[in-house]
Formats: sequence, C-alpha cells, structure tokens
Amino acid sequence: MKRHLISAADLSRDDAVLILDTAEEMARVADRPIKKLPTLRGRTVVNLFFEDSTRTRISFEAAAKRLSADVINFSAKGSSVSKGESLKDTALTLEAMGADAVVIRHHDSGAPHRLATSGWIGGSVINAGDGTHEHPTQALLDAFTMRRRLAGGEGDLNGRRITIVGDILHSRVARSNVHLLTTLGAEVTLVAPPTLVPVGVETWPCEVSYDLDAVLAKSDAVMMLRVQRERMNAAFFPTEREYARRYGLDGERMARMPEHAVVMHPGPMNRGMEITAEVADSPRCTAVEQVTNGVSIRMAVMYLLLGGNEPALSTPSTTSTTRTEESK
Amino acid sequence: MDATPATPARPVLEGPDIARMLTRIAHEIVERAKGAEDVVLLGIPTRGVFLARRLAAKLEEITGRAVPVGSLDITMYRDDLRLGPARTLARTDIPGDGIEGRVVLLVDDVLFSGRTIRAALDALNDIGRPRAVQLAVLVDRGHRELPIRADYVGKNLPTSLRETVKVQLAEEDGRDAVLLGVKQDKQAQAAQAAER
Amino acid sequence: MGKILIRGAKVLGGEPQDVLIDGESIAEVGTGIEAGDAQVIEADGKILLPGLVDLHTHLREPGREDSETVLTGTRAAAVGGYTSVHAMANTFPVADTAGVVEQVWRLGKESGYCDVQPVGAVTVGLEGKKLAELGAMHDSAANVRVFSDDGKCVDDAVIMRRALEYVKAFDGVVAQHAQEPRLTEGAQMNEGVVSAELGLGGWPAVAEESIIARDVLLAEHVGSRVHICHLSTAGSVEIIRWAKSRGIDVTAEVTPHHLLLTDELVRTYNPVYKVNPPLRTERDVMALREALADGTIDIVATDHAPHPHEDKDCEWGAAAMGMVGLETALSVIQHTMVDTGLLTWAQVADRMSVRPAAIGRLAGHGRPVSAGEPANLTLVDSAYRGPVDPAGFASRSRNTPYEGRELPGRVTHTFLRGRATVVDGKLA
Repeated sequence: MKRHLISAADLSRDDAVLILDTAEEMARVADRPIKKLPTLRGRTVVNLFFEDSTRTRISFEAAAKRLSADVINFSAKGSSVSKGESLKDTALTLEAMGADAVVIRHHDSGAPHRLATSGWIGGSVINAGDGTHEHPTQALLDAFTMRRRLAGGEGDLNGRRITIVGDILHSRVARSNVHLLTTLGAEVTLVAPPTLVPVGVETWPCEVSYDLDAVLAKSDAVMMLRVQRERMNAAFFPTEREYARRYGLDGERMARMPEHAVVMHPGPMNRGMEITAEVADSPRCTAVEQVTNGVSIRMAVMYLLLGGNEPALSTPSTTSTTRTEESK
Repeated sequence: MDATPATPARPVLEGPDIARMLTRIAHEIVERAKGAEDVVLLGIPTRGVFLARRLAAKLEEITGRAVPVGSLDITMYRDDLRLGPARTLARTDIPGDGIEGRVVLLVDDVLFSGRTIRAALDALNDIGRPRAVQLAVLVDRGHRELPIRADYVGKNLPTSLRETVKVQLAEEDGRDAVLLGVKQDKQAQAAQAAER
Repeated sequence: MGKILIRGAKVLGGEPQDVLIDGESIAEVGTGIEAGDAQVIEADGKILLPGLVDLHTHLREPGREDSETVLTGTRAAAVGGYTSVHAMANTFPVADTAGVVEQVWRLGKESGYCDVQPVGAVTVGLEGKKLAELGAMHDSAANVRVFSDDGKCVDDAVIMRRALEYVKAFDGVVAQHAQEPRLTEGAQMNEGVVSAELGLGGWPAVAEESIIARDVLLAEHVGSRVHICHLSTAGSVEIIRWAKSRGIDVTAEVTPHHLLLTDELVRTYNPVYKVNPPLRTERDVMALREALADGTIDIVATDHAPHPHEDKDCEWGAAAMGMVGLETALSVIQHTMVDTGLLTWAQVADRMSVRPAAIGRLAGHGRPVSAGEPANLTLVDSAYRGPVDPAGFASRSRNTPYEGRELPGRVTHTFLRGRATVVDGKLA
C-alpha cells in the first residue's frame, strides 16, 4: 500500500483484498466484551473536517479509538479555518502537534491529494471524502458488505454485477466504487438521467444506462445514491416525483431483482426520493450493516497505514510467516 | 523474514518424534487438568494452530470427549509493531462457549524470548477471564526475555543466539520436522555481541 | 543617446546583417556597416525581431500591487523581449474611467522599461450591465483603443452589440473574454475525461464557442471589428476560420500555455495549472498550433496573470486562476511553433509584434526592421536551452507552470526606442 489513501484507484487488487481481510478480523473485535485493541497506542489521528459529516467523523473516530489511538477532532466550522486560515496553515499546525495521520473531509476535490503531496505534513493522509472526487473508505465498506453478502466474505468480487443508481455526476461514492469494484473484478453499471452522468464518462471502466428497469434483473447488488433535492432547481431533472418514478427503487422494482441481490445505500437516505421506505426497511437493504462495516474498514485502513513503521506490504497472504524467530 | 540460514538447517526432530511428544503432552494434560474437562485449546498462528488441533484430536482419543479448539492472533498486541511494516493479521477464532472461567491452554511451536506469550496473555485479557492460563510448546529453545515458562514442553533444545529453530508441520510445510540452522553473518555477529 | 551597432544579427531569422541604431531610430540596416563611435553588440547569429507587443497583460496595479506593479510587470515584459504591453482593465478600481486609464498610462511612462497601453473596461465595474465611458477613455491621454471586460465575459448580447457599434466612432475594438457564464458556474477545469475522473467542475468548450459564434455574427451584423481573447478550443478555431472566410472583421489570440499544456496536468491538483480559460486537450493544442500557423489565429498574447504565492499554495478549489507568461512566452513559441517547423522567425515577428500592434492601433510598434523605423528591437539567442527558474523572474509573482522545464531560446537584448532595457539577458 501507499502511505496515504487518497483514491480508490491507488489500490491494487491485493491491497484491496488485504484491507477487506483485515477488516474481517477487525469486525470480530466488535463482538468481544472489550472492543479495543492496543495497536495504535501513542499514535495521534486527527479528524480534519471542512465539511459537516457527523456520520463519517464518528465512524473514523470510533475506529481510531478502538485501536487505542489518540483522536483529535478538528472541525472547520467555528474554528480559525472559517476565519480565513488556509488549509496549509491548518496542516502546519497539525504537523506541529505531531499528527501521525490526518483524516480529511473537504469540500474541494483534490484537497487530500494536495495535503499529501505538498510537503506540509509528514503523516499519512486518509481521504474521508473530497468534493465530488472520491470517498475511498466508503467504497471499501461497500465492497466489504457486498463480499459478505455475495461472496462468502472471502476473496474478491469477480464477476459480480453491481448497479449504481443516481447522481453520478456529483458523487464521490460512485467514483470510488467504480475504481474499486472494477479492481475487485466486478462489472459495474451506472444508471442515471443523462444530466447526472459526467461528460467524459466513456473512459470509465463501466457501463452506463439511462434505464433502471433494464438492468435490475441482472444485478447482484443495486446501490442507490442520495439525490439532493437542490439538483432539481439546477434543472438536472424536472420534479422529485418524476425522478422517483424513473430512478427510484420501490418494492415493485426490488421484486424484479434476483433473489440473492441486495440493496445498498451510503446514507443518509432520502426516503421517497431515491428509495421508498418499504425498500429501505427490508432485510435486503444493507444500509445499517454498511454503517457497522464502516468502522471495521476504517480500523483496517488505519492499522495497515499506521500499524508499523511503514504501510503494510500488499503481498498476497500466501507467505504467512510474518513472525520472526527472534520474537517468539 | 525468517533469517535465512547460511548453512543448511539440519533436522533435530522428525515426524515420529513430534507425534510422540504431542501424545505425551496430551496425556500430561489429562493427568494434570483432571480429565481436561474445562480446557480450551488456543493455538497461536500459524503453526501453533495446527499443533492445537493435533493436541485436541489426541485429547479426544484419550478422553472420548471433544475439546474446544481455536486460534488467537497476537499481531495487534505485539511490542515490536513499529520495527517493521504493518503485518498481515491472522484469524482469531474463539470457540463458541468462550473462555470465561475455563482453563485456556495456549499452544505455540517454539518458546524463545517469551514476548509472543506476553502478547497472547494481553490478548486473552481483552477476550475474557479464564480460570487459569497454561502454555504448551513443541520446542523450548531458551533465552527468555520475560518471566514466562511453559507448562508442557515437547523438547528442551538448548541453542545459541546464532542458531535458528524452525518448526515445519505437514499442514503448512508439507512435512513434520524441527530444523536447527545458523543465522546469516551480520545477524550472527550481532547475536554474538549480545551473548557477550 | 549614442549609437549602437548590432553586428551579425539574423534579422527576422534571415541572413546575418548589421543594424545601426542612432538615438531612438534605426539608422541603417546592411552588411559591413562601420562601427565608428557606436557601441558594438556582437549578435553572432542571434535572431533580431521587432520588439514584441502583448495585447493581453495583467499588470495588477492599481489594487493588487502584492502580485505585480506596472514597474515589475514592465520589467518582466522587457526581459521577455516586449516593448509594449496592453494592461488589462480588471484592476481595483477597475479601469473603467479616464482617470484610472491615465494613471496606468502614466505609471507605464515612468517605468521606462516598456510602453504600457491601458485597456479600458467595456462595462462599468466589469459588471456587464452598463457601458463604461468608452469615448472618454479614448479621448484621454491614454488614447485607449482596446476595450475588454477580460476576466469576465460581456455576456449580454445587447450590451455586446452596443459596445461593438459604439467604439467604431474612434476605431476601437472590443476584446471579448468568451465564457458563457451559466455554462461555467463552479467551473474548475476543462470539462472532459479528466474532469470526470477528478470530480472538478467542468468548463465546457461550448461555453467559449457559443459566445464566439454569437459575437462574430454580431460583428458582421453591425459591421464592426471584434477581437477574441485567448482561444482555447479546436471548435473556436473552426468558428474563427468560418467567420474569416465570410469576411467578418474578427481577430483572435492564443496564449503560449494553450499551445503547450493540456488538462492532463490537472491530475496533480497543483493550482499552478489552474487558468481561465482552462488547459484543454491534446487535440485542442494541435488545432491551436495549426491555426496560429495558418493565420486563422492572428496573434500570440500572454494573458500574463500574476498571483501571490499564497493564492497558489493551497487547494485547487481555493486557488486563483492564471499564470505568469511574459518572461517565457517567446521560449514557448520557439518550442511549440518554430522548432516544430510551423512558423518561421519572420512569422513569429508577425504574430507577436506586427499584428498585435495593428489590432491595438499602436503607431510606434510592430514596425519593419529597416532604416528610419523606431528602434524597438529584440535580440534572441535561439540556440540557448535551459530550465525555467522562477526565482530569477523580474515579475513580482512566480506562478509559472514551467518551473524546471527545459525550454529553448532566451532574449539577450531588448531595445525600447534605441535604449537597451535588457542587456545580456539582464535588466539594464
């Protein structure tokens, strides 16, 4: 693995499988009476959030705390950042405080990349969502959830057919998922009204369809993206009702999915918009599981980036003799 | 990451020796733990897990009762995590009834510095509160760095720090053997310095 | 002022000749000219061009003196081989009154490194709502001929029509920054394959092309001339080509960076590549080169846009748009156009001096290198190769996309009306 996690595109198949396997072990910790590991004792993880996202922040926070890291939450709201302090000055402050990792959520695409490559800080940078670019830990937890539901919790997602529906244009979740799921061998189809598909999508390693009903029957998983109501005012679609009718997932549509297929949603859900309550509350919907899995995935990422003196080597797990004679 | 022996490692124990030692240890367990009724075997990955399974099979032969067996990965409890890249985790698999109030028998292949067992005790602490914890190893090669001893030992193998001890098991390596080798020069020098 | 003899210079890239400067003018051009009491500069086969003219420079003064001043900007211009620059109107306050344009004009006079011809704003405050006092700016000491809201597009079709018509009275020209504002809301880079991947707001080519198409038709309708700033797309080239074939009086410029760089560079998220119009694709770059070669695009203009370090040392979204260009323009043109065989040095003189001066109606610039003409000259060592080092820039700002990149050519001497402003590559 690289020293930072900026883009799902940076992960090789072996990297990705290593993260998923490690997350499986982390998930077991959650079942124990003491949900804590001493692994990152003495390490400092900073949650640097320039955008409100309580869900993502607490997930990272829980993950870091379960690994015994010290967690500092740095929210841009009401801090010096909103008074005009630059990302650079904030980064230099964190560096001076000795941050081993910075988890950054930023409204600008590329801000984590900039933080990682500018030389402002020495620690690892973990992208917790940047603008409309990427959200790699979300894609990893989605893949983890799918692997458990569809592939017995092992290996990759080879040959699985995943459909991602909604506002692809503005979705960092979609971008990260297209990269990661393809790396893991899945076949991805994006479904959206043409206005919400980016110009230039033709080079992405996936199919694009404007017709949800045409792809439902051959999907192993259908991922519904949140569609912000504001998009309607920018003429991306005429009305909520029309959007829901053409691209929303209701019980009738869900019934046309294969029996084993799951419905996913990164949350928060717009019930009645992209998903009906009936679907959201059905046992086929993994939304709550995804939240749980998010902590395991983020533990895995932090462990693999910070658990040694350098990030984990993503050699396939066939060489399992990692314990040295000296330490027995 | 194992030290590559400069001279070919030579087998000091072969398959039949290992089988015999495990049988003996199984009998000792039954004798000391009064029928091994509340014993849970936890192997330390990788080879400790196979040894634990073999011991469990032998215990079942002797007592006619299935003995719970699982695995305990100690990676995240190691005290040398920052001396190398982040390590791949192995499976921790605690048998269904847990370890609360039971006698946990940790099983590993080689006992050396004692640091692995220290980590295992810490890991156990986060999982539950056993009535007692005991330790079984195939080979005790000495050179303890912590106040830890084994309750059951297949063979005491006095070694120098220049030597390497490598356990091979059929499940992982295709054959059963304990190999004694000599470390590469640089490490050997460091080891000699340490011995003096 | 004494005499200067430039000996053995390839005038416009031709055979070596001697050029004798006497006072503010060229006295003689020929071979074997006696030096007499003249100071001799051995050109040794270097290229001699008329002093370069930039139709599109941001000098930032008044208002943003932290990024550039008229003095530092004209020094940068001299180093780049320029003897005249047009100072864009988007200053603080905006150059939309006779007072502001005269102030800029006067500062240029005082600097002495390069003539400064202020550009007047088309609309008050660049707001696109109400015509600025175009006539008053023309009638001022600054004698403004070029009007532009550059940085913003004159997007209202009626305002644009009126401006085109109004400036005919004094032979002015409107230089349009072609950018349909609604199509570029939140735009951060070229819309295409790379923006889709990077998740940066797209600046579609059509936002430029649709305005150009409208404006050439408006110019035709009202019988005015119109100038299009910084063409950046292959489609824009096609529209200009079509307009010229119809006899529409349109001229167009291209920046050096749009002839060399593509949006692939944005993958670094390094804001030094953030510019407006944005870097486009390889296909656009090739179309622009071809258009500059065949004359569809009339001139090279730098769009020199200095920004202080902190406005570029940040995340992409927060960064300012623009690149400095005066000191690297000629090198980039040599690299992209001359060394590739697309332009001769004589054509470079045409695209970077003669035609920009003609569009701006500058009398004393862009003249032939011959006896009796003003001695505005640039001597170029085209054999030079070296990395770009922003630390050595005369500009107050360092936001160049070429840092460390090896580029050919170096201006060794610049003469402004017979006075050397640059000697051996250094400010005189």
